[in-house]
Amino acid sequence: MRRLVLGAALAAALAVAAIAWLNLRGEAPLVPDPTPRSVDAAQIERGAYLARAGHCAGCHTERGGAAYAGGRGITTPFGIVYASNLTPDDATGLGRWTAAEFRRALQHGRSRDGRLLYPAFPYTSTTRVSDTDADAILAFLRSLPPVVQPNRAHALRFPYDSQAALAVWRALYFRPGRFEPDAAQPAAWNRGAYLVEGLGHCGACHAARNAFGASDEGLGGGLIPVQNWYAPALDDAQEAGVADWPAADIVALLKTGRAPRASTLGPMAEVVLGSTRHLSEADLQAVALYLQRLPPSPSRRAAATAKSTPRGAKLYETHCAACHGERGEGAPGIYPALAGQRAVTLDPAANLVRVVLEGGFAPATAEHPRPYGMPPFATLLDDRDVAAVLDHVRASWGNAGSAVSPLDVLRWRASR
Amino acid sequence: MPRPLSVPLRRACARLASLLFIAATVQAAPPRVEDTIAQRVQACTGCHGKEGRAASDGYYPRIAGKPAGYLHHQLRNFRDGRRGYPLMAGLLDPLSDDYLREIAEHFASLELPYPPPQPATAPAAVLARGEALVKQGDAARELPACARCHGEAMTGVAPAIPGLLGLPRDYLNAQLAAWQRGARRAQAPDCMAQVARKLQDADIVAVAQWLAAQPVPAGGKPAPRTDAPLPLDCGGASGERP
Repeated sequence: MRRLVLGAALAAALAVAAIAWLNLRGEAPLVPDPTPRSVDAAQIERGAYLARAGHCAGCHTERGGAAYAGGRGITTPFGIVYASNLTPDDATGLGRWTAAEFRRALQHGRSRDGRLLYPAFPYTSTTRVSDTDADAILAFLRSLPPVVQPNRAHALRFPYDSQAALAVWRALYFRPGRFEPDAAQPAAWNRGAYLVEGLGHCGACHAARNAFGASDEGLGGGLIPVQNWYAPALDDAQEAGVADWPAADIVALLKTGRAPRASTLGPMAEVVLGSTRHLSEADLQAVALYLQRLPPSPSRRAAATAKSTPRGAKLYETHCAACHGERGEGAPGIYPALAGQRAVTLDPAANLVRVVLEGGFAPATAEHPRPYGMPPFATLLDDRDVAAVLDHVRASWGNAGSAVSPLDVLRWRASR
Repeated sequence: MPRPLSVPLRRACARLASLLFIAATVQAAPPRVEDTIAQRVQACTGCHGKEGRAASDGYYPRIAGKPAGYLHHQLRNFRDGRRGYPLMAGLLDPLSDDYLREIAEHFASLELPYPPPQPATAPAAVLARGEALVKQGDAARELPACARCHGEAMTGVAPAIPGLLGLPRDYLNAQLAAWQRGARRAQAPDCMAQVARKLQDADIVAVAQWLAAQPVPAGGKPAPRTDAPLPLDCGGASGERP
């Protein structure tokens, strides 16, 4: 018996040691800032560009709040994580942070005081960011006007609110490591990989998350938890893969929110507005090349179970046909075609449900400053109506999508 | 073995087929889309009624003919979280200030007739209390009369103070209660919040009952801009971009 207890204690101690080691590996010792704080204008400008490429403000700015001052709540299945104040206020922001501490946060997910950070902050991707880029981003953040805004405590459920649980999570799912260029690939591909897999953290949405919130490898698509928008697979020609797109179309989508065969809405419109439209032509080309060359995945398309019913056809005729056309042909550059439109047959149909219920505008960009809008139908159509009209759209004009049930609509209706 | 069709019959069939083909082509012609701001803002008129004349459900308010500065402020307030209505926020999130101003100016420019007022459902004493608050305010509680800011005719004042007539009672109740509880806010200093916090629930009911029962004077246009000082300092009243 005593031997058993001793053995168990030893195993537990070993597990704790392993978890601690897994949490600390690869971290360089913190060093004081090498030189007085940089006021190098070029570095600050580069940092501003990189902060946009990483869309830091997307989470670290509250609706209507001061830029980068934090406070936005990110709702997760485990509770709400509040983004922190990145402005250089000494007491509530990054004012006292050294470059080494900032690198450690971005690359290793640890805060200035050594606490482990929640992976709603996508350090599983930004671990690939280079030291130079991390320093430039910090130089930019230090150049902002300091905003006094204390960080809000996260509202997470037990056990997710504990550092111990986070340490176990990190031991299981977090592998720190800088980006390593692939010498067999051109420089542009490597730049694209760095932006997509690192700073841009595309996989935070475009990959499925498991029950513990850890993202799959790759960009195979995923339902954004709680928000319930489906970020389609970027490596699947049936979803949002762009292997057969001209690079110019990919660049246009990221720059203007619109391309001949697609347009952005919801969270991706937010990304275009806050991030990708600010990228340089060279970086957009690099991202395009990387996305074009993603290894294609076998399609995960669900069976074509959607059936058009007279009710669905009638609803389409009444509410949709005036803009999207009798046969789903749309109006080029104005209202998207629904016939042969892969966004319409995605599985799950969450995005389609959201768009019908909530309506929407494409992002107002320099190239398309006055988008046409779609009205919300949440007050006009009930769950059965929405399911019927979507089944009609998903089963007509050559479309072959899976069926949408009223229960699906109910679930996605409640998601805001 | 089936008999071959006679030549005239074959010709008739060919003609019918070509007609059907033409019909199919006509049907498949893409919808013609007008290049107008009215067409672009169909996302708004779905709920706010044709040309923004208010919805029949008695809640979504009329937006046609409201002062442009007021509408522009409200669009930005929804987008920036000073007013909370997820459908509005979601629609406006991807739009620029310039486009929101164009949308505001479009609806402000529409002159449409007003429907007859809603008959009041409250006793005369309640209506009298409402009328007194609207026209005289309550000096003892430092409550200015509504008409002091919203115009003698209560049809608003250009460029940014909205009219209070021609609105559904439910909408007025909900908005005053939202101001009172901080769920609706304006640009600082938020004068309307100061007023609403002094109102009791019974005041709100009385004011909404009386206002919703008043006919809109001919045209219902906002009064022209004036230099007369307002009783309170109002961040939202200027109509300028802060």
